[in-house]
Amino acid sequence: MKKIVLSLFILAALNTQVNAQKYMSRTGKVVFDATSPKSPEKIEGINNETASLLNSASGEFVFQVPVKSFKMEKELMQQHFNENYMQSDKFPKAEFKGKIENLAAVNFTKDGSYTVAVVGNLTIHGETQKIAIPGMLTVKGSEITAKAKFPVKLADYKIDIPGVVADKIAKEANIMIDVLLNKK
Amino acid sequence: MLKYLVALFLSASAVNAVHAQSADSTGDLMEELEGDTKSGKKQEVEYTFKATRLINGSTVENLAHGVLDTRISHRFGNLNQGAENFFGIDNAYTRIGIDYGITNRIMVGIGHNVLSKENDGFVKVKLLKQLEGGMPVTVSYFGSASVLTGDAIVPSSIDDDDFKYSDRLTFTHQLLIARKFSPSFSLQLTPTMLHLNLVDSSKYSNNIFALGVSGRMKLSKRVALTGEYFYRFTGMDNYYGGQKTYNSLSLGFDIETGGHVFQLHFTNSMGISERAVLAQTTDTWEKGGVRYGFNISRVFTILKPKEFKK
Repeated sequence: MKKIVLSLFILAALNTQVNAQKYMSRTGKVVFDATSPKSPEKIEGINNETASLLNSASGEFVFQVPVKSFKMEKELMQQHFNENYMQSDKFPKAEFKGKIENLAAVNFTKDGSYTVAVVGNLTIHGETQKIAIPGMLTVKGSEITAKAKFPVKLADYKIDIPGVVADKIAKEANIMIDVLLNKK
Repeated sequence: MLKYLVALFLSASAVNAVHAQSADSTGDLMEELEGDTKSGKKQEVEYTFKATRLINGSTVENLAHGVLDTRISHRFGNLNQGAENFFGIDNAYTRIGIDYGITNRIMVGIGHNVLSKENDGFVKVKLLKQLEGGMPVTVSYFGSASVLTGDAIVPSSIDDDDFKYSDRLTFTHQLLIARKFSPSFSLQLTPTMLHLNLVDSSKYSNNIFALGVSGRMKLSKRVALTGEYFYRFTGMDNYYGGQKTYNSLSLGFDIETGGHVFQLHFTNSMGISERAVLAQTTDTWEKGGVRYGFNISRVFTILKPKEFKK
């Protein structure tokens, strides 16, 4: 009898662990665009290796972006991006740790699109800033698509733009996020 | 009994609910993500050097797939030529070349050298990549062939009538072994074998064995100090038309601006091809046989990366 009770107890424990729902992605897409009206060419990077984890019970939402995985149209631009601007040897990852503020508005068990406000700390180039990101969560079965668009001021993250190219790179880069999360 | 069990079950759930709440600060969620990501592949160490060539020699850097590079290398005359030759500016040798990245690991190139009207072609293949916490070095193979279309030095032991087209050919094999020790410091060793199809075989071997040592030290984000030295194990003292030849030593700077990389340097080699650097460096730093030179590289993206194909 004792054994049965114990095993039930353990079962219950495991059960609650599973109940704390988590959604995960390792192939999230992050795009940045730092093209200014005076840029001679488009300054755009695409990253398809962003890792992300969402806890639907607490609303906590984290992202890890490997900086070296940003692909740019011009290889030399990609080299400059890594070596001169992001210093990706020194700061290999950009991170976001946030929380969905209006978690009650999202029904993770019902298919549909929900507008969310995510507030948290964004770390780029070793600098952390608190930001609020308006986004959209689309629930479809056991999958969630998270999309967001927001600007990032390069100066806030101490990304140095030399004087000669100052007007050829936008002061604010537009960040676009598109992540498909699966139930973990 | 059933009641007892249900109570236990409920209490277990309650305990776990509390546990779940306390453990789920975002820090732990990040750790969880970290743990999941770590199992992935090791990061490649990139940008060991700024360009595919450092001064005269090749580096382990390859052009990416679909990238075309036009390179102009220019060497002025010796500084010790004095004021009447404007310290060497009046005499100059150039190499014009076009390189292309077939894949991210294989690149090819062709070039024309003004010195001896030498045409060359090469292939460079990346064999191993330096990894963070893994493979310590990047290793590439470089192989080239060149033909002297202008005046070739014919040893006195050979009649002009016996001089064949194949006597104009030279072949080079190099293993490029490089390590990026820190974001600012990289070092490369280059074991080299040069095969000259025609030499005065009573005195010299057709093969020259050498070891190249080249390094880069970044002074700022956009400027780096570079150096390159080829030590020859095979004596070639009087090869070039009866002139003594020396080991090639070059020191310079990499400077980059937007789409260009400028490489400015001082070197005792007047030629730029592997053959000219190893077998035709007839000047020495000791006697002021140093010349100023520069390389300019301009890259063009011919094929867009797959992320940008629409």
